Amino acid sequence: MFDLGNVLDLPLIWYGLISTAIFLYVLLDGFDLGVGILFPFAPSDQCRDRMMNSVAPFWDGNETWLVLGGGGLFAAFPLAYSLLMPAFYIPIIFMLLGLIFRGVAFEFRFKATGSSQRIWDYSFHFGSLLATFMQGMVLGTFVQGIEVQGRSFAGGPFDWLSAFSVMTGFALVCGYALLGATWLIMKTDEQTQAWARKCAGYVLIYVGFFIALVSLSMPLINADVKDLWFRLPNLFLLLPMPGLTVVFCILLWLDLHRGNEYRPFFFSIGIFLLSYIGLGVSTYPWLVPFKVSFRQAAAVSQSQSLLFAGTAVLLPAILIYTAYCFYVFRGKASHEGHY
Amino acid sequence: MFSNIDAVILARAQFAFTISFHIIFPSFTIGLASWLAVVEWRWLKTGNRLYEDIYRMWVKIFAVTFGMGVVSGVVLSYQFGTNWSVFSDKVGNVLGPLLGYEVLTAFFLEASFLGIMLFGWNRVSKKMHFASTLIVATGTLISAFWILSANSWMQTPAGFRVGEHSLLYPTNWMQVIFNPSFPYRFIHMTTAAYLTTAFAVGGIGAFYLWRKRHVSHARIMLGMAMIMAVFVSAFQALVGDMHGLNTLEHQPLKVSAIEGIWETQRGAALKLFGWPDQQEEKTKYCIEIPKLSSFILTRDLNGEVKGLKEWPKEKRPPVAVVFWSFRIMAGIGVLMIATGAIALVLYLKKTLFRARWFQLWCMAMTPSGFIAVLAGWFVTEAGRQPYAVYNVLLTAQTVSPVGVTPIAMSLIAFIAVYGFIFSAGVYYIVLLVRKGPETENDKEVFGSHGVKKPPLVTNNLGSQSGGQDV
Repeated sequence: MFDLGNVLDLPLIWYGLISTAIFLYVLLDGFDLGVGILFPFAPSDQCRDRMMNSVAPFWDGNETWLVLGGGGLFAAFPLAYSLLMPAFYIPIIFMLLGLIFRGVAFEFRFKATGSSQRIWDYSFHFGSLLATFMQGMVLGTFVQGIEVQGRSFAGGPFDWLSAFSVMTGFALVCGYALLGATWLIMKTDEQTQAWARKCAGYVLIYVGFFIALVSLSMPLINADVKDLWFRLPNLFLLLPMPGLTVVFCILLWLDLHRGNEYRPFFFSIGIFLLSYIGLGVSTYPWLVPFKVSFRQAAAVSQSQSLLFAGTAVLLPAILIYTAYCFYVFRGKASHEGHY
Repeated sequence: MFSNIDAVILARAQFAFTISFHIIFPSFTIGLASWLAVVEWRWLKTGNRLYEDIYRMWVKIFAVTFGMGVVSGVVLSYQFGTNWSVFSDKVGNVLGPLLGYEVLTAFFLEASFLGIMLFGWNRVSKKMHFASTLIVATGTLISAFWILSANSWMQTPAGFRVGEHSLLYPTNWMQVIFNPSFPYRFIHMTTAAYLTTAFAVGGIGAFYLWRKRHVSHARIMLGMAMIMAVFVSAFQALVGDMHGLNTLEHQPLKVSAIEGIWETQRGAALKLFGWPDQQEEKTKYCIEIPKLSSFILTRDLNGEVKGLKEWPKEKRPPVAVVFWSFRIMAGIGVLMIATGAIALVLYLKKTLFRARWFQLWCMAMTPSGFIAVLAGWFVTEAGRQPYAVYNVLLTAQTVSPVGVTPIAMSLIAFIAVYGFIFSAGVYYIVLLVRKGPETENDKEVFGSHGVKKPPLVTNNLGSQSGGQDV
């Protein structure tokens, strides 16, 4: 039977691929969830139309990375999928419900007239907010670890609820809002852009604060994480990461006040990437932190091989046509309906 | 123990609800995407603006339906883990790659090019736009391919072995993907999706004819729908029959439940109606056609048909659900074939677009495809119970270690949210239908980006109700 397991380190490759898929989800859906979070605070209805139009052609493709994250985890690491999902039962359900309200708002809002449009404005906002907050809580629960016995989740239905996970929930809301605001700076102009600039400035302060808070509390929660980061020579090897994060935050801050339109979005991506790598370093090699490593959770090599053979061809293709779609809808978004 | 059973029932109820809700949308969008591709092709080929109007009207309905399909589909991809984590652990090695391929080969295609289909009118060439429609249509079919392969494998598992931790391991991918029931189920379902779309489109075309609005558009809609009704509904009967014989070969118990036959017998009658009683082990109040069941299943009037009592009680599916769902599905199939036959006669008499009673009939048939698809899935899914993977893994053994309360609460939340979303979606689709296709008169394009701006001097002629082109 077809098996690449002898020539490739498939579990490691899949660990990398799933991590990449989740990161791309965070970035791509991050900016449109962020637009949803900022939505009701926009100065005018015309601004809101513009904001919605700036993400309308992309949201569906962006959300597909979430399906790839879940589906990929199921395919490549079924054990991790079957341990994590019951542990995150309630936040995942809330996230899905939030995404439903967010998703249908795109279709319904442009068809609604008068005051009923308001319903979908709020559906878009609260849906985005709920989905983001729940994703943040899932992240917080993930890094704290879950109860496992044998091959099944052994904790309670509310294990995910903790001060730390609430904090990561708020942190992610601010993070996505930053991505959303800098996206709007790039994709809109005039009044909307000026407002987005102001928003990004405020939100950046919160983002910096939360990054510091999470970075400091992680070593306090787990001794291994503390040991990993503060042991010599690791400390010096890893130091460029928080250092670069600080530099990016400063550069972003300066750009927001100098008027560059494109760079802020890419600095935000940089900040997300560094934080993500930081979390990755802290949780490696665990897929269910501190209980099950990615090697233990891996599907048999035949299964990983079959999917990898396809992914090697399909993923680059997906990236190319996704880029093409972003290219087709380049430039500033209009406030008028397109179809 | 008792609470465990409750959790299983609740988890099943939740999954049945969310997946039934979801399948409504793909069964429409699979057909609609292909039909839109045909309409756009006709437009590019003939230059007839009517096709463009029809495309632009239906692509909006497509967008609403597709959006609801996406959001309800994302839920399913996570429910395998939240509600059926043991199932995920046990079959992940086998089914995981299939679902992975569905995302990689279909979902990204559909999602990315849908953006161009909806918003790309003035940003890409007409050819590229048509290509996007074709890609989306192809994506829906690829998606159906993988998900039906996975589902069929659960019905007729093949190409695997049971290994350590009683996990399932793949031994032959071709046998897994092209498992015995897959080709039949794939053709049966995609044909069903095409018919669902045809009758929905035809019904709305008939509605316009009835109201004498958008008549030239409506003739195209109804005409194309009836072409499908004539050829495809008869084809579907053929496919359905083959699918049934395939089920008889691999899941004979399901067929016995469909037939409502308890005792193994020769020359079995076809029960048109009746009430299967699981406790008393018989089907009451039957109206029967002698020997027909034997003939359909064995091609012999005196062939042997196995009864439900051949299997132990605890292995039997809920017979009444299977029995009745099958009759609803098959009954609608008969009505569809009849519609096609009538349409053919009317067409030859040159009254297809004028017969008033036929317009009413087609309007009544608008939701028929959806009901038939749901009923069909009830037959096949309820019919494989009590197994999740047929004869390999019991449904009761696959549920997540999650308490009753979270499952019950989330079930209620899904019912409330889906109810609200579905009502809104139907409402907006009804609005789009009422508005109808925008004709040339009121579709003048202003400005440089092809956006509609109100003209400075309004000319109300022909724009009050979307163009009265009678």
